[in-house]
Amino acid sequence: MTAKLSLRGVRKRFDYHEVCKGIDLDVAEGEMVCLIGASGSGKSTLLRCMNLLEPIDDGEIWLDGKDISEPGLDPQPVRQQIGIVFQSYNLFPHMTAVENVMLAPRRVRGLSRDDLRPRVTQLFTRFGLGDRMEHYPDQLSGGQQQRVAIIRALAMEPQIMLFDEITSALDPELVGEVLDVLRDLRKQGMTMVLATHEMGFARELADKVCFLDAGRILEQGPPKVLFSQPREKRTKAFLSRVL
Amino acid sequence: MEETSLQKDSVERPAATPTRREVYEAEVRRRSNRIALISVVSVALAIVVLVPLAPGWEAVQRSFFNGRVFVETFPGLLEAFLMNVMIFAWSAPLIAITGLVIALCRDTRAPALFPLRLFGIAYTDIFRGLPVVLVIYIIGFGVPGLGLPRPWNSPYIWGTLALVLVYSAYVAEVIRSGIDSIHQSQRSAAASLGLSDQDTMRYVVLPQAIRNVVPANMNLFIALQKDVALLSFIGPVEIFRQAGVYKSLYANFTPYVGAALIFLALTIPATRYADYLMNKQNRART
Ligand SMILES: Nc1ncnc2c1ncn2[C@@H]1O[C@H](COP(=O)(O)OP(=O)(O)OP(=O)(O)O)[C@@H](O)[C@H]1O
Ligand SMILES: [Mg+2]
Repeated sequence: MTAKLSLRGVRKRFDYHEVCKGIDLDVAEGEMVCLIGASGSGKSTLLRCMNLLEPIDDGEIWLDGKDISEPGLDPQPVRQQIGIVFQSYNLFPHMTAVENVMLAPRRVRGLSRDDLRPRVTQLFTRFGLGDRMEHYPDQLSGGQQQRVAIIRALAMEPQIMLFDEITSALDPELVGEVLDVLRDLRKQGMTMVLATHEMGFARELADKVCFLDAGRILEQGPPKVLFSQPREKRTKAFLSRVL
Repeated sequence: MEETSLQKDSVERPAATPTRREVYEAEVRRRSNRIALISVVSVALAIVVLVPLAPGWEAVQRSFFNGRVFVETFPGLLEAFLMNVMIFAWSAPLIAITGLVIALCRDTRAPALFPLRLFGIAYTDIFRGLPVVLVIYIIGFGVPGLGLPRPWNSPYIWGTLALVLVYSAYVAEVIRSGIDSIHQSQRSAAASLGLSDQDTMRYVVLPQAIRNVVPANMNLFIALQKDVALLSFIGPVEIFRQAGVYKSLYANFTPYVGAALIFLALTIPATRYADYLMNKQNRART
C-alpha cells in the first residue's frame, strides 16, 4: 500500500438506486485529486463514503494501509483523520466562529480553550479572519462562513481533507478568497480530494482529475491530459459543456 | 414588507426628507387607523347601549358586577392567588426538567436503552390522552389515601405532581418537535468532526432545538397557570376556591369576575409576549 487513501470496488446504493457502481481510486500523500462530473453523478456521495458519513455496501476503503470500511468499525477515529467541508458550510448557528472551531477539539481531543487559543487564532489570522472570531455565522458573509468551516475542519488536524463543491453556494466575487485557502493548503502539502465545478482551478492545481459518470470513474488522469485529450466521448461532451 | 423595514434600519440615509413611497405609506396607514378606530367605537357603543336593554340585565349586573362586593373581596382573592403563583413556581421548573428528560428518552437509539424509549412513548401517550382533572383526582386523592405520614398526605403536593406529570408530557412533545426540526446537515457536520452522538445532541442539536421551541413552551406554561385552578377540586385554597367561598358568603358572583380579572392581568401580557417571540422567530427564519 503506497497510497494514503485507496478505494477498491466501492459500491453504494440508496434503496434501489445505485449511486457508486464500483469505484477504484488512489490518493497519494500530499496529492490533490479533483472529482468532476454532472450533477447527480455521485461526487458528494463518494466523498461522504470516504469519511464514513455513509456506510458503503460493498468494496473496501483503506487509510494508511488499514481497512476502514469494515462493518461495525467505530467511525469516529477515522473521521478525525479525514475532515470534510460541505457546500452549505453547515456552521453551528448558535455558536461564534471561534466556538464552532473549538467544539470538536475540546470535546473529542479533550483540549482546553487555553490550549487551543494560540493555534486557532493563528488559523483565523492565516485565512484573513483574525477580526471575525467572535462573530456568529449569520454576521459573516458566505465566503467568510466557508473559511470558518474550513478552519473548523483543520482544527482537528486531519491528514486528509475532503471538499464538496465548497464554492458553489458563493457569490462569484467571494469564490476567489475560498480558492486562495485551498491554494494555501496545497502549498502546505495537505492531501485533498475535491468535488468541484471550478474547472480552471482543477486544471491549475490538481495532480489528478477524475471524471465521474453515473456512479463510475469513467476516466482519470493529470489535468493536462484529461482536459485537452479526453479519451471517452462522454468526457468530451461534459467538458465541452462546462469549459 | 417586514424585510424592507428591517433593512431600512441598517442602511444609513439622512432621515430628513421622506421618499414618495414613505409619504404614500404613511397616508395609507393613517386611513386604516381611522377606519379601525371608527369601527371599534361603533361596536363598543352598540354593546353599551344594547346589552342593558336585555330583560335580565339588572339582575346580572347585581350578581356579577357588584362594586361593593368587588372591593371587599378583591384583596382576599389576590392573597389566594399567591397560592397559584407558588404552585406554578415550583411545578414549572420540574415540568421543564421532566419534559426534557422524557423527550431525550424518546430519542434514544441505542438498543440497550430501548426500555427508556418505550417508557418515553408510553408516558407521552398516556398523559396526553387523559383530561387534566382526571389525573388530578386520581393522584391527588389516590396517593394521600395510602395513609402516608404528614406532610406526604397533602393533596397540595400530589395535586401539583399531577400537573407536573401531565404538562411534562406536552413539553416533551414540543421539545421533540424542536429536535426534529434541526436539519440533518447539522448532525452530519458534527459527526464529520468526530463528535459522539451524545455530544452532538448536547452541544449542537439541543441548544438550537430549545431555542426554537421557547414560544411554544411559553404557551404551555400560560395554560398551566390557568390549570392550577383545577387543584381547587381536591383541596388547596387557591384563587378559584377562594372565589367560591366568597360567592357563598356574599351570595354574589362578583368574586369570580374579580378572579377572572386577576388571571387576565397575568395571562394577557404573557400571551402577547409569546406571540411576539413567535413572530420574531418566524421572521428570522424566512
Ligand atoms: N441520502 C440519499 N438518499 C437517497 N438518494 C440519495 C441520497 N443522497 C444522494 N442521493 C442520490 O444519489 C445520486 C447522486 O447524488 P450526489 O449528491 O452524490 O451527486 P453529485 O455528483 O454530488 O451531484 P451535485 O453536483 O448536484 O452535487 C443522486 O441521484 C441523488 O438523488
Ligand atoms: Mg454534490
